[in-house]
Amino acid sequence: MEIEVTVNGVAYRRDTEPRRLLVDFIRTELGLTGTHIGCDTTSCGACTVLFDGVPVKSCTMFAVQADGHELTTVEGLRRNGELSPVQAAFKEHHGLQCGFCTPGMMLVATALLSSNPDPTEEEVRWALSGNICRCTGYTNIVEAIRSAAATMHETAGVES
Amino acid sequence: MYPPAFEYAAPESVEEALDRLAEVGDEGRILAGGQSLIPMMKLRLAAPAHLIDINEIAELAYIREVNGHLAIGALTRHADVVRSEVVAGGCATMASAAPWVADPLVRNRGTVCGSVAHCDPEGDWNSVMLAVGAEVVARSKQGERVIPISEFVVDFFTNSLRPGEMVTELRVPRDDDRSGGAYLKLERKIGDYATVGVAAHLRLDEQGRIARAGLALTSVGPINLKVTEAEEMMVGQEPGDELFAEAAQIAARTCEPTSDVRGPAEYKRSVVAAYTRRAFGRALAGARGET
Repeated sequence: MEIEVTVNGVAYRRDTEPRRLLVDFIRTELGLTGTHIGCDTTSCGACTVLFDGVPVKSCTMFAVQADGHELTTVEGLRRNGELSPVQAAFKEHHGLQCGFCTPGMMLVATALLSSNPDPTEEEVRWALSGNICRCTGYTNIVEAIRSAAATMHETAGVES
Repeated sequence: MYPPAFEYAAPESVEEALDRLAEVGDEGRILAGGQSLIPMMKLRLAAPAHLIDINEIAELAYIREVNGHLAIGALTRHADVVRSEVVAGGCATMASAAPWVADPLVRNRGTVCGSVAHCDPEGDWNSVMLAVGAEVVARSKQGERVIPISEFVVDFFTNSLRPGEMVTELRVPRDDDRSGGAYLKLERKIGDYATVGVAAHLRLDEQGRIARAGLALTSVGPINLKVTEAEEMMVGQEPGDELFAEAAQIAARTCEPTSDVRGPAEYKRSVVAAYTRRAFGRALAGARGET
């Protein structure tokens, strides 16, 4: 069936089989391979995308369900050709090692900071609890997100 | 992993969904949050020929207080319950369970009614619903039925819906100012199923004795287990740790845990006892307004 979905601000019209998983649609149909497939069993969060602004696991949705909706993937985080505050903080604080979980982590962090601009460490860890990182022990990820919050606070009023 | 092919429909009203459900009969399944159904389809444990996606039926997304109960619509997601002030003030057992359902991403998508209808004995919500005495509203083209949760949960992954029926709402009795409840869950990590979950609910009478007790257990039997023997034993009694210890012994004796990766059966049995006692302690504190 034909669906129309807006991804990172760009509208796409595509024909797709109902059983096609959203993550596969994003990667193979749209060529946006920043969204990763980790466990494929709703456990790890590597495939996290923002669905109408809300983080969800795209391995556990069908592409047809995105018809008429807006998605943000990691490719859509950049602003005006520059890293978003969350991306810049992950780079600055080395909030990654292998990088496989990083797109999901950054999307969850972006959604968190849009609803809670000044989260405590506990709130950050709680928000990340559906995303698994097997390298870092999470410490630098949490630091990166809190630092991004501080940066966004400083530049409040400027689009972040 | 890919599920078998299916026909897909995304109706925008309940009437349209019921028409579609009537057309496709037993071959159709309602797709709500899909956080259990889609994984099962990917593993080919479920293979419905038709999916009727209710995510576009905005009228089903609500939490309301109506005539002494909370009405939870079929599109209410776990995260909506976590954030709900109506639930925080109206059902302590639900409010305490909500943050422990799955993980934050799954809670953004999965629905309470979907989880209830799924009847996975490792699901948290059916223990909560059994403990508080909720009702399930089912609609079909023939009309509406209101089913007590104890009659809705039939068996392992089996509910009492008839062909052509879908769950549209849950009705949860509202706590009065002498009621309290708690859900305690032991899990290996966030997002894992419960090793053991215990839902407890208490309502006191004017003298402070127990007018109603609710107790149900997660992950220790083929269905979420309502511990009727303990509930009945407690009514009319003076609440307190001694009584709760007695209820805990009944719960431990009644449950049917199996040994698996989450622990040996005897360990789970002792957690059931400890959590039952503790959950009633919290329920009592709530009922007395001490929390």
